[in-house]
Amino acid sequence: MAKSNTPRKLEPDGQQDPDRERWQRDYQAQLPAETPVVNRSGIRINPLYDETNWSGTRYTQQLGYPGQIPMTRGIYPSMHRGQTWSQRQLIGFGVPSDYNARLHKLLESGVSAVSLIPCNSVYRGFDADQVPRELLGTCGVVLNTVDDMDACFSGVDIAQLSTAQNDPSPFTLLALLLAVAKRRGIPWTRITGTSNQSDYISHYVANHMFFRLALPGARRMLVDHIAFTLEQVPGWNPLSIVGQHMQQAGATPAEAMAFTLCTAIQYAQDCIDRGLDPELFFPRFTFFFDISISLFEEIAKFRAGRRIWASIVRDTFGVKNPKAWRFKFHAQTSGVDLTRQQPLNNISRVTAQAIAGILGGLQSLHTDAYDEVLCVPTEDAARIAINTQNILREEAHLTDVIDPLGGSYYVEALTDQMEDKIREVMDTVESAGGMYKAVQEGIVQTRIGESALGFQRSLDTGEQTLVGVNAYESEGVEPPVAVLERPNKESVTQYLEGLDTYKQSRDTPAVARTLDGLATAANSERQNVYAAVVTAATAGATHGEIVARLREEFGTGDPLIVP
Amino acid sequence: MMQTPPRVLVTKIGLDGHDRGSRLVAAALRDAGMEVIYTPPWQDVEDVVRLAQDEDVDVVGISSLATDHLLVPGLMVALKRAHLDHVGVVVGGIVPHDEEALLIAAGVSRVFHPGSPMEEIAREVSQLAANARQQAPELLD
Repeated sequence: MAKSNTPRKLEPDGQQDPDRERWQRDYQAQLPAETPVVNRSGIRINPLYDETNWSGTRYTQQLGYPGQIPMTRGIYPSMHRGQTWSQRQLIGFGVPSDYNARLHKLLESGVSAVSLIPCNSVYRGFDADQVPRELLGTCGVVLNTVDDMDACFSGVDIAQLSTAQNDPSPFTLLALLLAVAKRRGIPWTRITGTSNQSDYISHYVANHMFFRLALPGARRMLVDHIAFTLEQVPGWNPLSIVGQHMQQAGATPAEAMAFTLCTAIQYAQDCIDRGLDPELFFPRFTFFFDISISLFEEIAKFRAGRRIWASIVRDTFGVKNPKAWRFKFHAQTSGVDLTRQQPLNNISRVTAQAIAGILGGLQSLHTDAYDEVLCVPTEDAARIAINTQNILREEAHLTDVIDPLGGSYYVEALTDQMEDKIREVMDTVESAGGMYKAVQEGIVQTRIGESALGFQRSLDTGEQTLVGVNAYESEGVEPPVAVLERPNKESVTQYLEGLDTYKQSRDTPAVARTLDGLATAANSERQNVYAAVVTAATAGATHGEIVARLREEFGTGDPLIVP
Repeated sequence: MMQTPPRVLVTKIGLDGHDRGSRLVAAALRDAGMEVIYTPPWQDVEDVVRLAQDEDVDVVGISSLATDHLLVPGLMVALKRAHLDHVGVVVGGIVPHDEEALLIAAGVSRVFHPGSPMEEIAREVSQLAANARQQAPELLD
């Protein structure tokens, strides 16, 4: 992989521009003892950028045209002028009928794609009857069976709606969705969307996702999931590689991008080892990033990431299919930047973050609701979040020009420097033996922990200003009392009764057979375990039953706690 | 004055595993000279009570990003049942305004919201630890 160009001097030796020299003198006279400005990724930022930092002499190598190598300017020829971005909002609350009601409202407000957020009980791999009742449905929808999935999408044509299923390995939610499709007579070829939480490495790093399946089991499940969907559900993106978790956990923007790219390389290698065709699986890889409020840094992060990915796929893996070179990504504005103090200020923060993502060339966007630091977003706040996107798209003229910051001395120099920084971090991972090993050994977790601590210190010392927190605090301005929504206790009780009835009225021997099928597949080199998951879900097995059975075969991991 | 440094259990109960907050607070308390007992997330209420007892802690800090703070009233009852009333309990993280009052009513000493300065957290925890030692049924040192 070729290194990018670092800032360099372009003038012939000894020929300094007299105007520039004068500016330098004047600048120093005005700011004799300036504290260096350093971005979150640790790059020192100059007060001014000009031809000494970047010039267009290597335009073709560094920028090129949208949809062409090196992809810096965007992955499609027409970018946001042709198609803006999917407005993908997260929803998940209460029981399936609550989810369905919210979904219908969101669809009316112009949302074109949705994410399904399950209850934390589902994340843990449990059915609703296995966890403390107080927590059910408080931060996602309780969803355990094919009936539940059917109820979530009642009155919605699932062949027309792209859904993101936020469900880690073994991906039971997609299995339940496919079972619903079967029930409704919809061919799987018409089901579109993304397995949003399929990147198990990011879960292990940021969230200790060892409790579902141990690392080797998760590794096997992912490759089987990719193999299965490529063949049976070709409109589905089986893999979303997530930098968001790591940046939220404290990684700097450059580190988050680097770890994400290393993760993608790891998964690609695993797919190749399994015999999958890179020409086919690479185009289905998608990414998911955090957008912090460090605006130019984020824009440069995305531009650099796009360039590195194209070069990895094309040059390192030798993939010929141009679709595979596209760095398709969804992004979410960062909750870490939001404050509890004076929460309406968060609307401004989200706006700045969203602008960074849009100018960075995203394909899909989630804007946070301003009250996310107070509670699970209220309907009002969620509507403002969507309208923030609508305003930026319809009123702000952000989409008139493709990559409008391309050619800016600063943005180009910063893109180059971010690329160097990202590659530097990638090198440390690769020399540790790749991402899987680096995570197993805690190298990645340690680095992220250090960065989180560094950022916290900059807040504690006041080096980083946070309006309403360590500056501009206004006495007496209390957060508005959010309308707290907790699931209706009666509907939770009804749900639990319904789950009980569901379990009683199934064809128990058939379910037991498909659960045994999971074990057989898990212990066989040749069978696809994910196909067995879909079979079990279709036969009526619950989410918790499927996870529990696979856990018996694959085991769970140990929490790797880096203090 | 306290003879030995305050002993603080920093942990997470319930279903959520996001631990950036608890790790940062644990580091800050350690930097402030306290002895921190740190656990992985997803502890049961019973685990916390047992650890508080075995480790003879002065303060228990519960971190909650999602809605796991809803289990804290149950924890308070369990601590009381184990005769650990003297142990101070603080909660940090995302706790909606309406529910903060519920936690305080259940006996939680303080809820720290996002943006709380680490210095303030350390100061208050240390004060709580001093109170806890005064109220402890028997002083072992």
